Parts: sequence; structure tokens; C-alpha cells
Amino acid sequence: MSLGARRAVSAYAFLALPVAFFVAIRILPAAQALFISLHRWDIVSAERPFVGAANFREIASDPRFWQAAGNTLRYVLTGIPAQLILGLGIAILLRRVARFRGFFRALYFIPFVTPIVAASWVWQWMYSPSFGPLNRMFEAAGLPAQAFLRRPSQALYAVAAMVVWEYVGFQVVIFLAGLEAIPRVFYEAAEVDGAAGWRLFRHITLPLLNPTLVFSAVYGTIVYLQLFTQVLNMTFGDQGGPLGSTLTVVLYVYIQGFQRFRMGPAAAATVALFAAILVITLAQLRFFSRQVEY
Amino acid sequence: MRRIGGVALLVCALALAAGGATGIQAQQRVTVTYWQYFFQSKVKLIDALIAQFETQNPGIHVVQETFPYDSYNQKVASAVPAGQGPDVVNLFYGWLPLYVDSGYLQPLPEDAFPTTQIERDFVPMVKAARFGGKYWALPTAVRTLALFYNRDLFRKAGLDRAPITWDELLADAKRLTERDGRGTVTLEGFGIAPNGQDHQLIREVLFRQWGAAPYSSDGHRATYNTPQGAEALRWYTDLVAKHNVAVIDFFPGGNGYRDAFVAGRAAMIVDGSFAIGAIRGSAKFDWGVATLPRLTAGGTPANFGSLWVHGLTARAKGPQREAAVKFLQFITSPDTQRLWLQQVGEIPAGKALAGDPKLEADPVYGPFIQSLPYAHATFFVDETAQRTVLVDAVNEVILNHKDPKAALDDAAAREGKILGEFWAKHR
Amino acid sequence: MTARAAAGAPAVRAAAGRIPLPRRAGGDALAYLALAAGGVLVVFPFLWMLATSLKGPREIFELHFWPQAPTLENFRQVLTATQFPRWILNSAAVAVITTGSVAFFDSLAGYTLTKLRFPGRNVIFVVILSTLMIPTEMLVIPWYTMSVRFGWIDTYWGIMFPGLTSAFGVFLMRQFMTGIPDELLDAGRIDGVSEFGLFTRIALPLVRPALAALCIFTFLGNWNAFLWPLIVIQTPAMRTLPVGIALFSGEAGSAWHLIMAASTLAVLPVLAVFIVLQRQIIEGVVLTGLRN
Repeated sequence: MSLGARRAVSAYAFLALPVAFFVAIRILPAAQALFISLHRWDIVSAERPFVGAANFREIASDPRFWQAAGNTLRYVLTGIPAQLILGLGIAILLRRVARFRGFFRALYFIPFVTPIVAASWVWQWMYSPSFGPLNRMFEAAGLPAQAFLRRPSQALYAVAAMVVWEYVGFQVVIFLAGLEAIPRVFYEAAEVDGAAGWRLFRHITLPLLNPTLVFSAVYGTIVYLQLFTQVLNMTFGDQGGPLGSTLTVVLYVYIQGFQRFRMGPAAAATVALFAAILVITLAQLRFFSRQVEY
Repeated sequence: MRRIGGVALLVCALALAAGGATGIQAQQRVTVTYWQYFFQSKVKLIDALIAQFETQNPGIHVVQETFPYDSYNQKVASAVPAGQGPDVVNLFYGWLPLYVDSGYLQPLPEDAFPTTQIERDFVPMVKAARFGGKYWALPTAVRTLALFYNRDLFRKAGLDRAPITWDELLADAKRLTERDGRGTVTLEGFGIAPNGQDHQLIREVLFRQWGAAPYSSDGHRATYNTPQGAEALRWYTDLVAKHNVAVIDFFPGGNGYRDAFVAGRAAMIVDGSFAIGAIRGSAKFDWGVATLPRLTAGGTPANFGSLWVHGLTARAKGPQREAAVKFLQFITSPDTQRLWLQQVGEIPAGKALAGDPKLEADPVYGPFIQSLPYAHATFFVDETAQRTVLVDAVNEVILNHKDPKAALDDAAAREGKILGEFWAKHR
Repeated sequence: MTARAAAGAPAVRAAAGRIPLPRRAGGDALAYLALAAGGVLVVFPFLWMLATSLKGPREIFELHFWPQAPTLENFRQVLTATQFPRWILNSAAVAVITTGSVAFFDSLAGYTLTKLRFPGRNVIFVVILSTLMIPTEMLVIPWYTMSVRFGWIDTYWGIMFPGLTSAFGVFLMRQFMTGIPDELLDAGRIDGVSEFGLFTRIALPLVRPALAALCIFTFLGNWNAFLWPLIVIQTPAMRTLPVGIALFSGEAGSAWHLIMAASTLAVLPVLAVFIVLQRQIIEGVVLTGLRN
């Protein structure tokens, strides 16, 4: 057997179990979801009549679905940049300080390990128009009090802020690992050439962080496109916020499938979401993949 | 020595025989599984009842499994396609249409539960468990709504009794509301909660009292979008929008309105009898309960009734079905209802017990019990969606300043679609 | 960011944290200030949680921050009157095993997908990546049916199986393994190291930071998982932490004092795992080259 063939055999051997797992646990069940999207099923019935594209037509004509889709995109476009910038900034700051690094790292990681039910309750209190500290600070600074979660135009951003808070520690850890992996030789070589500070960052750090940035952007986008638990808990009583202003596609799927027991439309929405995520992810991968020349 | 040996042998033989008998009994024992949501006092009581039931019925073993309340419906529904689940299941009555339709439940056997007996012994709202002329489940306890009010705050404001009409409630609320320097409400006169119990209040009480029947007689259409219905909605939304005596989401969380009441920050709330335990356990002040106000002093009373019912699932067959039926009879019996009232604090579903004069005169239970004769249990085909429709209407009026009639027209159309889909399957 | 501030040339790696390195005094103080200010903002909700967990149920809604009559009663109740210790045990068992499985299989897959050449490599990667795009909510019903058929209901295996491999991990490890120089691997091959040996002895040590990060996130994801454990668990003894905490909410409201106490307790094990693993993340071996 040739060298290449031997390596290919090793590759397939290594991948056998993981791929088998993915197929059995994710792909086949997902195919089942696709199957359900073409039928009418309310979980508890034995009958599942075939309805073709009716479910897709139904969600396409449901204004709430489009609202969810638009909201989801808004979450992505506000949350990801905020998370990346804050995460990178904090990671860089952490590498500058000599003492208390471990303490700070743990501190920033606390939001990520806090159970969502508890965190949501506290955040709702923070946002409370009558009692929350945020409004008190606003008023102390002379700004008008805000309705935050009660106003449809603000509710989504209020929830997004909480999600960014939750994930910033995760982002910091990823960036720390990425920054750590940059070999010193590059910095030394650049310094010999007289580079420093911002130029060092722009021309050495940022490009060499590319794999990490790609990962963060792509994975972060996938996560935000599937935002669910935080939204559910932040507006538990009126799910999806006042007049659906915080509704996301996965929350829409959950409400359709697990509260109204209409699995057909729920599955249809999932298929639509999957298609959107796939397209966006592939576009991102193509866009971000750049050769690093040096 | 030999005598002891003989006795020992006898004892051994007896022990073996007893063990053998138990063994045979164990083999012949039927196991019935019962599901309900987790609530400390209910779980404890059912455990005790099971012990009692098993003693009375040695051939039956009952297993109770409980799940978190918020996700109970998902849990039950998920079990169905997997062919899993209990023999007797506790369900919210609003979910019955779905489970009956799907064939998950079987009707209660006529011989064990004659319809005439049911309708004679249980309060009227038990009819919510009746479809196609058959009964599919029965309750141990029922609930209605009432007005909880903070007597300490009332006294401070110079009010000596709970309001009798909605206008009185508004006037009281105005006197009770406290605001800070900037006009932000710090204590609301009325703990409004559209996605708490208020959407039931609007649907079954306000609409009816203002003169708008919420649904057509066949239940196929929503009929609350009349000028009277709009007036009712306007009165309700004005609490927030015009008079500023109520704040939606004043306290965060799905039950924030109750938390606000218990904290002394909401002077009045409309809540169900299931809240009695929680309020009793947490409120540090003198509080009272009153029947819901009416439009005018002698006007139509109205109330919303709801019930959790025990159903027989299609899984129970043969000897298991017999055993399950016995267990069902046991947990819906008057004795159980009495224990339920004592230990869980919920109103008995049986007319006799509920009509007990002592209970009717009870300061806390009385107002709830007095409402039983006229409490409507809304026929929900999709409780989630129907609730959202009404909550959205309220929000449209308050947040987007929509005209109440227009909001109700929208809501009626949306709800009509939901109802239409359901009834189309039952032509 | 100066070269001196970048931690870890091998020679000074060990000392980096301890030797005060020369830097502009002002810039450093600013960094501390910024981190401290950000830290306060970030930890404030947790402090609120902690403060609430020390208040009795009647004190929670009195609108002051710190408890005026602090009590450990909530913690006592959570630890003794519920099966909280058992919930922690269940969550820990599931999380540890799943993390181990993910750490091994995901890094192996990630390595293979970037360091070995074979037909179908990109297709397999995209297929694995695409499984990230399927929300769990849609998979629980098929999983449940599967579990019933194979008797996995209410077992540790039943709780764990969906999480034994994760596309997130494969993606992460692939990205980090991309930076491993092929020369190192070729050198290993020349030395007669087996393909699997290349993975375990050369590649894996070089991506320790990423591996540690993956372990933390997998552990945490499993620790906090709710919907699937809810569906597959039937009996009280098998409940994991989030399912157990959900019992504190009911029709008559939520026992926030208990939820806060339980949540505070739930944070501690994970924080401990993080503190242990963060050294691994930060003190990784520096790669001698990075190429796409």
C-alpha cells in the first residue's frame, strides 16, 4: 500500500467512530425532522398525514415567523461584534497585567458558569423600570428612565446585552488560547524591524489570530442564530417579549412544537433555519479564509 | 432440642409459605403508574394515599412519578410517541382536547363512573372534561379566581372593605398607588398581569360583565370584538395607560404580580385559589380575599374556573385498567377531597364538600367557593396560542396605542383561525 | 502589545508570571483599572445572586441589596431537604464522562480533518459542521424514541449519549491543529512513529490550551443541559442539577431564595474545574510556527 493510501486508511479509521456517532445521533434524527416538516403531526397522535409544502407555506405566511427571523439576525449583528471586541480587548488586557491574572480570568468567566434561570432573574431586576439599578444610574446621570424589556424597540437589545455578558468569558478564554499560540519569534522579528504597539497588533497579532477569529465568528454566529434559552428565561411570562420583540427562530420552533404541539410547522421552521445557518456559515468560511503570508 | 427444632422447622415452613405467598402475590400484583407535576404537598399526600390504597387493595402497587411544573406538558407529550407514560395521568383540563383527539386517553368506563353520578356529585365545571358525551377525566380539586387585597394598605388609605364594582376598584387603586418624585410607580394599586391570570379575567369575567360573550355558543368563533368588549378592554388597559395605577412586569418573572403582592408592593391582585398557600406562607401583612368585583353593584357575576384532572391513558389495558380505574375512584373520592383540602389547600371538586357552609363562610376559601356556581372553564383548543392572542391585544393597546376595538378585531380573527383549524377536524 | 508583554518564549515561560517585566507604568495601571471596572460590572449579577441566596423568602423582595438578616437556611434546605447532593453527583458523572469522550474523539477527528489528506476530507468536515446547525429541540423526540427502543430511558447512558461527540469540538480542534507544522509530523514519521502516535505524542500536547478550553466548555454545556435530561429522566434519583433546580418553580410561583442558593452552589464545581484547567489554557507549549 502506498504512503498516501496508508494514511487514508488511518484517517478513515480515526474518523469511523466519531462520524458514526454524528450520523446516528444528529444526522439521522435531523432527517427525521425534515421528514416531519412534510407532515402534520401533533406529537401525541398516531396519524401523520402527508401535507407536502403546507407547513412551509404556513410559516411563510405567519408574520411571527418573519419577526423571529428578523430578530435573530439582529441578535447576530449586535451580539457577535460586541462579543468579539470585548473578548479580545479583555484577553489582551489580561496578558498585560502581571498580577491577579488568574483572579481576573475567573472573574470574567463567572457569567458563563452561572445558571441561566438565576442570571435571567437578576438581569430582569436590573432592567426593572421602577426598581432596577440601571434606571437609577440613568436618572442620576440626568438621562430619562428606560423601559428596557417592556418596550418592543429596546427589549431585544436588552436581552442581547445579557447574552454578550454571558459569553464574554468564553470568548476571553478562546482568545487567550489563540494569543498564547502565537510564537514569540514573530514578535521578535517584527521588533527587530522596528515595529511596536498598534502596528504590531495589526500586522502580527491579528493575522496570526485568524484561525481563532474564524472560529469565534463562525461558532458565535451559529450560537446566536440558535439563541433560545436566554430569551425564554428573560421573558418567561410573555414568551418572545412584548409583541414578539425578542422572539427568535428557535423559540418560535419551541413554542410551535412543544407548547402548541404543532410539530409540522416547527420542523419546517427548523429546516429553514438550518438552511440559513448553512449558507451563512459557508459564506463566512469562504470570506474569512485568508492565507497568512510572511 | 428436638422440640425447638420442630418449632424452628414450623417457623421456617410458615416463613417459606408466607414468603412464597408474597412471591405469588408479587407475581400477581398489578402496577399502576401515576404522573403528576411536582408540588411538595401534593406529592406527599399522594404518597400517603398510595400507602392507604395499597393496604386496601393488596393486589395493586401504585408508582408515582413527578416532573417539574413548567415543563410538565412537554414531558407528558414526549412520552406519547415513544409509547411511554403512565396509566393514570394528571392533566390540566385545557390540554384535554389535544390528548383526547390523539387517542392518548380512553374514556372513563360508564359502570365505574356513571355520567349521572358525576354530574350530580361534582361542581358544574367538571363538564370541561366531557367530550362526545363521555367523561375522560375527573378532578380532585377545582380552582376559581378572587381578589386578594392588602388590608394593611387599605386601612392606611382609609378603605374599610374590598371593592364591589370595577369602578370602585379603580377608585381604590388610585388612592393606594404610591409614586416617587419622578412619577414612577413604587407601589401599584392593582397588580396587573395580562399573562398571569388577567387574560382569563378579561376573557371570562370582564367581557361577560360588560355584555360581550367571549365565544359563540358552538365555540367555533370568538365573539368578543363588539363595542362592549372594546369597552371592557379599554377599562382594563386604562389602568396602565391612563390612570397609571398598574405596571406590567412590575416585578420580574412569570408570577411577578404575586411576588409584588406578597412584598406589599401591589395592593390588589386577581389570582386563583391555588395561590392561597404561597400567599399565606409569604405575606407578612394582614390580607383578605373578596369575590371578584362586578360592573355594577347588582350586576352579573362571572368567574373563570379551572381544574387539573386525572385521566386514564390508553396504555392501561386488562387487569391494569381495572386497577387504574380503582385508583382513579380512590383519588377522586370525597375522603380524598377532604384530605386534599386540608393538606394541599385546594377547593374540593365535590359539590357536597364544596357546599359545606363552614367552608363557604371561611374568610379565605369562601369567596372562591361562592363563585363556583357561575365559574366558566374556557374550552381551550390551544391554550398557549389563545393566551398569546389576548395578551398581544392588551400590549397593542398599551404599547402601540391601538384602538381597543381594532385590537379585538385582530384578536378575534387570530383566535378564529385557531378555533377554525380545530373544529375543521371535528366536523 | 509589545513583544515583552507576549507571554512565553520557552526560556522565560516559567518566570513570565513572576518577574516584573519593564513596561510603561501608566499603561499597566490603566489595564488594571479597566479590568477591575469591567470585572465589577461582570460579577455584579452574581453578587446579587449570592446576596439573594442569603436572604429568607420574605426578605427577598425588600428592595435592598445586601441581606439585613443573612441566613444560611436556604443552603441548608437545598442541601438536606432535597436530593441536591445526588443531583450534583449525576451531573458530575455525566459531565466528566462526556468531557473525556469529547476531548478524545473530537481532537482525533479535528486532527484527522486537517493533518491527514484523504478523499472526502472537506465533505466530511462540512457534514460534521452542519450538525451544529440543528438545534437540540428538534432532536429530542427522535432521541426519545431511540432511547425507549433500546432501553436507555432513565439511565446515565441515556442522558449522555447525545453529547459524546460534538461538532463544536471538532471544529475548534481542527482550527488549532491547523497551526501544527507538518515538518514536525513528518519528522515523527521518519522516526517511525505510528499515525496514532503522531496524534497522541506530537499533536495533542501542542494544542493543550485549546484542549483545555474544549474540556471546560463541554463540561459546562453538559452541566447546564436541561431539555434532553428532562425528557429522558423519569425518577428522582437520576435527576441532574438543572432538572432538580426546575423543581423549585411551580404553579404558585418560584422559590427564588432556593433557586439562588442552589444556583450559587451549582456554580462552585464548575468554577473549580475552570480554575484547575485555566493553567493548562494559559501555559501551553508555544508553537514554533503557524501556517494555514
